[in-house]
Amino acid sequence: MNDNRASSDAAAPSQAEVSEEIRQIAKAYERDALPERDGEETQPRLDYPPYRSSVLRHPTKDPHHADPEGIELWAPVFGHQDVDALEADLTIQHRGEPVGERMVVTGRVLDGDGRPVRHQLVEIWQANAGGRYIHKRDQHPAAIDPNFTGVGRCLTDAEGTYSFTTIKPGPYPWKNHRNAWRPAHIHFSLFGDEFTQRMVTQMYFPGDPLFALDPIYQAITDQRARERLVATYDHDVTRPEWSTGYRWDIVLTGAHRTPMEEEVEA
Amino acid sequence: MSRTPGDLVATPGQTIGPFYGYALPYDGDSALVPPGHPDAIRLHGRVLDGAGNPVPDALLEIWQADPAGRVPREPGSLHRDGFTFTGWGRCGTDNAGHYSFTTLRPGPTKAGAAPFVAVTLFARGLLNRLFTRTYLPGDTDDTRAALAADPLLSSVDASRRGTLVAVPDEHGFAFDIRLQGEDETVFLAHPQH
Repeated sequence: MNDNRASSDAAAPSQAEVSEEIRQIAKAYERDALPERDGEETQPRLDYPPYRSSVLRHPTKDPHHADPEGIELWAPVFGHQDVDALEADLTIQHRGEPVGERMVVTGRVLDGDGRPVRHQLVEIWQANAGGRYIHKRDQHPAAIDPNFTGVGRCLTDAEGTYSFTTIKPGPYPWKNHRNAWRPAHIHFSLFGDEFTQRMVTQMYFPGDPLFALDPIYQAITDQRARERLVATYDHDVTRPEWSTGYRWDIVLTGAHRTPMEEEVEA
Repeated sequence: MSRTPGDLVATPGQTIGPFYGYALPYDGDSALVPPGHPDAIRLHGRVLDGAGNPVPDALLEIWQADPAGRVPREPGSLHRDGFTFTGWGRCGTDNAGHYSFTTLRPGPTKAGAAPFVAVTLFARGLLNRLFTRTYLPGDTDDTRAALAADPLLSSVDASRRGTLVAVPDEHGFAFDIRLQGEDETVFLAHPQH
């Protein structure tokens, strides 16, 4: 270990210190939870110091409440000229088979009333089986897989269903604190029927031992809310002699019906 | 338009993280019209953190009406054909925290309304997306009156109203986003949506 590495490690907080910060925030949340709070915190806190990069990047003033109007009541339209059907299979983008556990991840995109978000864009990106991203800033010395880029797109169908074939991503180290590791996850980018439903999130896998240690996952202080990001293993999605299967439904904010929906569908 | 939120609880957001750069940006993402378009304007600016430093790993999306105030309903944002105005674009910030869109000036979506561009902001270190608006001021009495009468702008404290209004410059408009601090941008929540 050279001197630079040693000194930067010495300056970085340990997992134990960060875990203690996470624990204190969770304790305060549980204490304040009853009785005056009406319900759980359903979204991550923007101000969450255990995630160090959030310190200077969260607004300090309350968001201004607004009634969406004009353009905000609509979402952009994507169609088959935008997305090729092959983009939903991340395992066929190169000449060979990627390394790792082939899996299908599927589910529905719904609004708050359970109505499907139809024919809308879903984008994903992820690390490979060894926890390495094809990104110039990813310096994790795990192997790059020449047969795996880790980027996919699809459109939901008339039931709001999306489906991707991919490789189960590995966990990977990051520099939030010393010996920090992210639980395995797939990034999801979603559009709804209104601008106000736009969201980006991460899907996780059941039982990941890194959940308790991860300040990004724990920034959602309510356990039930956090668990909404965890996919379910589904043997009905698993395909014989081919791939395992996971199911994950996504609910966007609010309940919406665009005024033109019936006509568009007709 | 008031609606009751639905019964299902929304899935939480998460940060876009550091590695979206090879996945979300695409050729032509920030050019809603070709740069040579006779009515093209530039909408650009910087994203700054609480210390005033540029944020080089932020991603912005814009969504807007066309110059006649119509809401675009055409697909094609990911593979632009050079003719169809889809109203939507995406741009990652560069090393100096700068973004730049080439687009058209939006018209008012109803008579007398002040035109604005809806903006979504994502960044590493930002645990959930943020929404804001950038109003593009005009130089006629009518457009000045529309801006002065805008319900959202009027509901914002006068000292912070300016953070939602773009500044005209040589090729269009400049609009900086400050995540935190004295001139923090007004970000929007839509409780019924």
